[in-house]
Amino acid sequence: MEIIQVKNLVKKFNGFTAVDGINFSIDEGEIFGFLGPNGAGKTTTIRIFTTLTKPTSGQVLINGYDPIKDPDKVRSSFGIVFQDPSLDEELTAYENMEFHGIFYNVPRPTLKQRIEDLLKFVEIWDRRDYLVKTFSGGMKRRLEIARSFLHHPKILFLDEPTLGLDPQTRDHIWRYIKDLNKKEGITVFLTTHYMEEAERVVDDLAIIDHGKIIARGTPEEIKAKTNKTSLEDAFLVLTGRSLRDEESNGIDNLRIHKRLWKS
Amino acid sequence: MEKLKRFLNIIYILWIRQIKRYFRSRARVISALAQPLLFLVALGFGFNSIFMQAGKGNYIEFLAPGVIAMTVVFTAVFSGVEVISDRQFGFLKETLVAPVPRSAIMAGRTLGGATVAVIQGVIVFIASLFVGFHPNLTGEIPVTLLFMFLIGIFSTAFGTAVGSVLQDMQAFPLVINFLFMPMFFISGALFPLENLPKIINYIAVFNPLSYGIDGIRTMLTGSELARFSLMSDFLVMGVFSLALIFAGAYLFSKIEA
Repeated sequence: MEIIQVKNLVKKFNGFTAVDGINFSIDEGEIFGFLGPNGAGKTTTIRIFTTLTKPTSGQVLINGYDPIKDPDKVRSSFGIVFQDPSLDEELTAYENMEFHGIFYNVPRPTLKQRIEDLLKFVEIWDRRDYLVKTFSGGMKRRLEIARSFLHHPKILFLDEPTLGLDPQTRDHIWRYIKDLNKKEGITVFLTTHYMEEAERVVDDLAIIDHGKIIARGTPEEIKAKTNKTSLEDAFLVLTGRSLRDEESNGIDNLRIHKRLWKS
Repeated sequence: MEKLKRFLNIIYILWIRQIKRYFRSRARVISALAQPLLFLVALGFGFNSIFMQAGKGNYIEFLAPGVIAMTVVFTAVFSGVEVISDRQFGFLKETLVAPVPRSAIMAGRTLGGATVAVIQGVIVFIASLFVGFHPNLTGEIPVTLLFMFLIGIFSTAFGTAVGSVLQDMQAFPLVINFLFMPMFFISGALFPLENLPKIINYIAVFNPLSYGIDGIRTMLTGSELARFSLMSDFLVMGVFSLALIFAGAYLFSKIEA
């Protein structure tokens, strides 16, 4: 079954085309890598999938629902770990989990057990009553991953889940994700800049650049197509070696415009 | 029924979040207490003799209800900055991708902000007793609390509306002071308005805070200092609070995280 379907998806911001007519679909239960240089359109695509941004045109189905027509059904279908932290630092780890559980309507009796299982799984159960602001970057990430699984989503979106973390934490995080993918059958949609990690983890991937999908297949297929032995080299062949500045994405552009002209 | 229960659950968890955050920040509790006390002591003692000479009685008795209201107003309106800080710390995204109506988020925020403001107001009320305020508690305490709560709702919703539109943490206090300070000064909180130029009195009639503060003053010091009837105090404050909740909910629903 195809759990994510995308048809001719376009997103423009003030004349800048962030996503330029992409088409693809993802099978249920796989770990899918969505790779691309900075400013390629990855985050914008995730924002459309997760109901945070409306597309300019095209169609998206997440777990069979349209994010524009059925936002709440879509929202119940996925869990997400954003690129930047999204925890309440003045609350404890447990309280952050509890808050999420109530927001996603996890029944009270099962909520406690589920929180305990997940916090033990990501190894922060001992620190559950500490305020999140006392946590290291790696602990916050692990907490966010546990939280994103709390409501038994069918799809998990991970936007650069290992950015800025030490190798030990990164290794752990990929282990959790693979385990949960197996145990709970969750489809994982992830973006990352670490090609060797993508190569190790994903079943299937797409490479996006300048808003267009330029390659699609398993890591093996993509390496074979480009005659390279590593995904990193294949990626560089496909997207070119020219440097991408930390381009701000469309939303940032929009915000800057707004700040300059409106408020 | 199931839907209502869920709505209330969401409001509850947002409400308790704000209460927890408030009590965990001792700096907030203490600093929010310091300014009203300074007003009470400095203005209260400073202007008392002039006020007495004008034959208006003890100034502290007039000022204390105003300062209590001020505490509620400013604690509540500044809680709107949390919309901006939640956005900067990313927590807003967590709430916006959840399958939850924005109106429930707005309601929970507003109730939480108003509750914290009322708690702060009660603390200042107790403190004012030590500075020489002798309330004439003929009225019911719950009615006083109700007025404080209405002012709290009005101001929190106002702050949330401004916080939803602004994205800049530094601009927030400036904008709020620009909008709220004039409203506060012509509300009759700090000085009686009767002998002021007519025009100010006309403006004050359209100032919702005038009614809320009048309500609190009536309840704490009796009706001789009142300007409006208690019923009109209640109605005007109630209608404005509702209007602000809708305005705030509308602007909040437009937020893109």
